Amino acid sequence: MLIINCPWCGARPEIEFRYGGEAHIARPADPSALSDQEWADFLYNRTNPKGRHAERWRHIHGCGRYFNAVRDTVSDFFVATYKAGEPRPDIAGETK
Amino acid sequence: MTGSFRTASGGRIDRAKPLAFRFDGTTYYGFQGDTLASALIANGVHLMGRSFKYHRPRGVVSAGSDEPNALVDVRRDDARTTPNLRATQVELYEGLVATSQNRWPSLAFDAGAMNDLFSPFLPAGFYYKTFMWPAGAWKRFYEPKIRAMAGLGVAPTLPDPDRYTQHYAHCDVLVIGAGPAGIAAALAASATGARVMLVDEQAEFGGSLLAETAATLDGKPAQQWLADGLETLAASGNVTLRTRTTAFGYFPHNMIALAERVTEHLASPNPNLPRERLWQVRATEVVIAAGALERPLVFPENDRPGVMLADAGRTYLTRYGAKPGTRATVFTACDSGYRAALELAAGGVEVAAIADLRPQVHGDWAAKALDAGIDVRPSTVVTGTLGRRRVSGAHLAKLKAGAVGPAETVACDLVLMSGGFTPSVHMFSQSRGKLVYDPALQVYLPGTSVERERSAGACRGVYGLKAVIEDGYARGEGAAKDAGFGTSSPRAFAVEAAELGTDGFIGAVPHGRNPAFAKAFVDWQNDVTSKDIALATREGFRSIEHVKRYTTTGMATDQGKSSNMNALGIVSEQLGVGVPQIGLTTFRPPFTPTTFGIFAGAARGDLFDPIRTTPIHDWAAERGAAFEDVSLWKRAHYFPKTGEDMHAAVARECKAVRSSAGIFDASTLGKIEIVGPDAAEFMNRMYTNAWTKLEPGRLRYGVMLREDGFVMDDGVVGRLSHDRFHVTTTTGGAPRVLAHMEDYLQTEWPDLDVWLTSTTEQWAVIAVQGPKSREILQPLMDDIDLSRAAFPHMSVREGHVCGVPTRVFSVSFTGELGFEVNVPAEHGRAIWEAIFKAGAPYGITPYGTETMHVLRAEKGYIIVGQETDGTAVPDDVNLGWAVGKAKRDFVGKRSLERAAMSAPDRKQLVGLLTTDPKIVLEEGAQIVAEPGVKVPSPHPVPMLGFVTSSYASATLERSIALAMIKGGRARIGTKLHVPMPGGSIEVTVVEPSFYDPKGERFDA
Repeated sequence: MLIINCPWCGARPEIEFRYGGEAHIARPADPSALSDQEWADFLYNRTNPKGRHAERWRHIHGCGRYFNAVRDTVSDFFVATYKAGEPRPDIAGETK
Repeated sequence: MTGSFRTASGGRIDRAKPLAFRFDGTTYYGFQGDTLASALIANGVHLMGRSFKYHRPRGVVSAGSDEPNALVDVRRDDARTTPNLRATQVELYEGLVATSQNRWPSLAFDAGAMNDLFSPFLPAGFYYKTFMWPAGAWKRFYEPKIRAMAGLGVAPTLPDPDRYTQHYAHCDVLVIGAGPAGIAAALAASATGARVMLVDEQAEFGGSLLAETAATLDGKPAQQWLADGLETLAASGNVTLRTRTTAFGYFPHNMIALAERVTEHLASPNPNLPRERLWQVRATEVVIAAGALERPLVFPENDRPGVMLADAGRTYLTRYGAKPGTRATVFTACDSGYRAALELAAGGVEVAAIADLRPQVHGDWAAKALDAGIDVRPSTVVTGTLGRRRVSGAHLAKLKAGAVGPAETVACDLVLMSGGFTPSVHMFSQSRGKLVYDPALQVYLPGTSVERERSAGACRGVYGLKAVIEDGYARGEGAAKDAGFGTSSPRAFAVEAAELGTDGFIGAVPHGRNPAFAKAFVDWQNDVTSKDIALATREGFRSIEHVKRYTTTGMATDQGKSSNMNALGIVSEQLGVGVPQIGLTTFRPPFTPTTFGIFAGAARGDLFDPIRTTPIHDWAAERGAAFEDVSLWKRAHYFPKTGEDMHAAVARECKAVRSSAGIFDASTLGKIEIVGPDAAEFMNRMYTNAWTKLEPGRLRYGVMLREDGFVMDDGVVGRLSHDRFHVTTTTGGAPRVLAHMEDYLQTEWPDLDVWLTSTTEQWAVIAVQGPKSREILQPLMDDIDLSRAAFPHMSVREGHVCGVPTRVFSVSFTGELGFEVNVPAEHGRAIWEAIFKAGAPYGITPYGTETMHVLRAEKGYIIVGQETDGTAVPDDVNLGWAVGKAKRDFVGKRSLERAAMSAPDRKQLVGLLTTDPKIVLEEGAQIVAEPGVKVPSPHPVPMLGFVTSSYASATLERSIALAMIKGGRARIGTKLHVPMPGGSIEVTVVEPSFYDPKGERFDA
């Protein structure tokens, strides 16, 4: 079981958290201005990288906060966690 | 009395404590400290089981958890019967009852053994090739028969009466395995002050030291050194010692799962103790000191009882004082065979010959053997054995330039074999470390680590007692250092022990016999022979993963501990490629079979899942309500009176609500309080409806979509003030809705000044529905005027009922005049009882969820999750009116604008009336246009939709149904058909509102 470092609470076991999909996909300010294809990209299309992946997690059985994490999808290990709204950390070898 | 094969002295058994036990109905005697296997061997019993496929007689092969043959069933009572236990791990206790498995009618005479005679017709893949047709026969005939023939033990059918507990533990250094390397590692790590945990699967710590009688350590006999070391560890305050504890799983971030057997070894288990404990240990650093397993040699008839691993034979003698035979033939590819032969000879077992696969013997082992009068034969193989229920002889033949010479038969009742040692890399591999093949040792060794662990001693290919102890000490010290502790004082170990070298052999030994009549076993338990593996390669299997699945080698309860390397060797030889090119099967948890009990722990029966009950639950239970599970909630389903079935009770409850009044516990509805200056704006964005103009004191039915435009949840929302909303959700959807709201609030709109609070369990909700509801409730209200003028339909008022603060909603999910009285949960039952008492003169009737469903279906109100399935947009379920068209944005709005979301052939909510009013359709039944379709239909019939809700309506005195049908609204007035196994049912499509479609009764 992984240890996940909640930016608010500190290191906690994986079972306290819930995965929330890829991070840094902002909801468009004016969705109606988007074409169907652009909306579908926002809604469905994800990068699904092999390697470093920025993703959302929620400390559902703790503080309840959503935060972001960079996880290596090959090793399954977390590289960094950071608060929602903070920029994605610049980590060497990251798949962008 | 305690066995004719028991030595006069020696071993770690307690000869002062004799124990009686039964095996297959016969009483035997052993000693405290025996395993079932050692006690049987001391009684001259080697036949302990039958093989899986051929039902061949089998004896014990090993002395540890790698045992493939001696699987037994240990029984305390009908509920405490454990199958498939390895006799080598079953500790003897007074009165132990064990039986052999996979034989009928008895172990000595097994009718299934005829499979052995047919074995030329039972090659690898036999099942796949033979039981192919007729197709239906597999499930009906072949599979049950094969399972009955091939099964191992039988699990008890009674519930497990014992307790299993689950614990978490943390340590700086976890040492897995308490052999010489593990003990040394624990000594080194604990000396630094690190918190150390040392675990071992055996009853005693010591590993190979427990069978060591010749070696000395620091000038002391090995077992004295062991005792002193354990005393040091036990005396230091920072070491936790756990015997009978198997590290069976290595999970990410150094989470190690341990199975501790607490009472299995006791004649009278203390009922206050759990039977087993699951430990989930989070270790900063891990030292794996799992040792090495001796490898069998693959030669014909190597499976007869009395054929065993050389070191196991030696262990039975030196550790347990049990002679494994009277006259031994040793077949070896390494020095371990010599050590066993010499120690057995010293212990009174005649050694007929040592057949050494090697042309030359290193060191002075051969000289020692010759000195002991043993016939040593280099370049010699065993080409077969004699005997049935016990080996009676071995055929020995010289190898000359790869050719096998003529065989000579040597009489013996024991054949010891050794193909060298295989490091136990299971835990390292489970930790996802990369294994590297060592061509010199012909084994896989730990390579690159992923986790914070290190292997020590034989499990990483370090052999020889001195080297192992020094390696263990250095690794333990390194682990403590990496865990943030200092170094321990340097320590030298003076070790005098026989060196066994590193020789070994993998693959099948040449035997020169007709392969059709020579069975050389690779995997004993699954009856896989070298011939089967060769056949698999001839049939085109190349990857070891495929060979494994085709032949089932390595798939038994021992998970290939004894067979994997030999299988690899055979495939390598057959294909003419190196072992590393063939690949390696994956090591997966558990290391040894693990009970379901420790995984379940306390989570069974009432504790399997949390149970949520409302404040009114006990009242309903006292009234004999039937309950149904709705998510984790127990909800009153209906309230049967004496002699009533559900149908009768629901009909009575429905009539009561429609004619007078009913009372319903709606406390399970999800409730969220949304508060803050931006509360209305937040509501605007989360729900399809417009909220800005909703006045405080009014209610609105809200629809929530996912971003993809599909209906996610619904509920009535009350606006209490400018900045405060009381939101209700479906019972099952409450956590999901709150998480959905939190997601948007935290991540998309953190600028909104809003707080969300779950209040589901703070409020008891009492729905009073029916034309008399106002008359019943008004006298109880301290300060709320329920008159229609003061309190219009779809309003909320705050005040007091019977002196208790309340929020009253004028709302109806039944189509009648109705109120929902919210009171603080702790007052729920008192207020419910007050209302019930006040309603008695009106015949107020408690009703459950079934009546609630019928009443709402009569009105055509949907239930999210029943009418909708995650693919319905609001318009599909007649909720287009609830979508604020003028709103610039809300969650899901953009998706609704896609053309497909308003296509005319989408499935739409309609009502169905069966032509025969007595027929109640099945929910989920498919609807077609074609009349008279049979089920199953001989030809494809296009499906138009399906029934979502269906009930017998007492009010309407006929059946009603709701359905989702393609282009349904355009089909209103037409006839469609519901094909069922009993015949096709004709229905008419109607508007989905069967009762009071204009809603005139709200103001009745």
